[in-house]
Amino acid sequence: MVEFTLPANSKIGTGQTHAAAAGAGDIKRFRIYRWNPDDGKNPVVDTYEVDRDSCGPMVLDALIKIKNEIDPSLTFRRSCREGVCGSCAMNIDGTNTLACTKFIDDIKGDAKIYPLPHMPVIKDLVPDLTQAYAQYASVKPWIQTHSVAPPDREWLQSQDERKELDGLYECVLCFSCTTSCPSYWWNADRYLGPAVLLQAYRWIADSRDDGTGERLDDLEDPFRLYRCHTIMNCSKTCPKSLNPAQAIGEIKKLLVERL
Amino acid sequence: MSLLTPLARVRGLGSANEGAHHWWMQRLTAVALVPLLIWFVASLAFLAGADYARITAWIGHPVVAVLLLLLVFALFYHLKLGMQVVIEDYVHGKFAKLVCLLGNSFGTILLGTACGYAVLEIAFGGS
Repeated sequence: MVEFTLPANSKIGTGQTHAAAAGAGDIKRFRIYRWNPDDGKNPVVDTYEVDRDSCGPMVLDALIKIKNEIDPSLTFRRSCREGVCGSCAMNIDGTNTLACTKFIDDIKGDAKIYPLPHMPVIKDLVPDLTQAYAQYASVKPWIQTHSVAPPDREWLQSQDERKELDGLYECVLCFSCTTSCPSYWWNADRYLGPAVLLQAYRWIADSRDDGTGERLDDLEDPFRLYRCHTIMNCSKTCPKSLNPAQAIGEIKKLLVERL
Repeated sequence: MSLLTPLARVRGLGSANEGAHHWWMQRLTAVALVPLLIWFVASLAFLAGADYARITAWIGHPVVAVLLLLLVFALFYHLKLGMQVVIEDYVHGKFAKLVCLLGNSFGTILLGTACGYAVLEIAFGGS
């Protein structure tokens, strides 16, 4: 059955509070999920008071400041700090998004930060995305051709054909959408989830790829594709403002077209 | 404990190559149900307070009987498809899922057939 409550070893307790140093100016409280696989304890939420006068504007700036100055044990992924790598996806203020593009100013009250929902946690804010990455690999996210390759140049594409990829190629695979999808929470073992389906459509929509039929064959499955019930959490949460629900709808339309 | 690679687990038994028909039928029956249900509810409102003889005469009318049969078919087909998806979403135990899916198929077909029979009985067996 579907799980409506956290298992006993995942129930979240209250952790430590790290008060700001005396004389700090504009204080923002960050309440951050902590779990250490090595200490055998349940996860807790630690509270950190951050002096915003000496902190950058983004949530990631605050996380880095906490790690540098308050608690070096805080663990999270980050790389590009400008929304193109997708590493720092986490649940901030109740919404999955990238810490590096989320303004602290946009959070009212305490900033609550948790790892991406319903994924195994490796440590603190680091989720285990093995399953999602394997699902991504399963849609063969590379060009498939049956045509003979042009001998002296790359595959060509008209400007209109290239436009078909807008709204798809920008996906950074942060899995904010996939982990916001209730259908993925319940059936992640078989449902591919919005991020992977958007990527699958990115190759279906690519005029240079002629493996569309095989791609549709692989996707036509009650669980892989049709667990999408257009809940739209994916499109709502996408930090890149993409529309995975629409991409999934396009795949469904193509499947009906060839019935 | 399984040492299956993540990709092997995801690829699993492969695609069912099924689902588009199910999805399309659910949409088709939904579209069909819009006019049918509007007509049905409006008719019931119109017939409010009518006696038994008038109702059976109404059901026995050829046009009404055909529309009612279509309504029954579309409704229970739609119900069966929709409930199946809900069960697949939420019931994960192998045995529980099998029982629920069987119950859904048998239940909707039984109820649908009974409704259809009732309409036919009134339409043809009334006298």
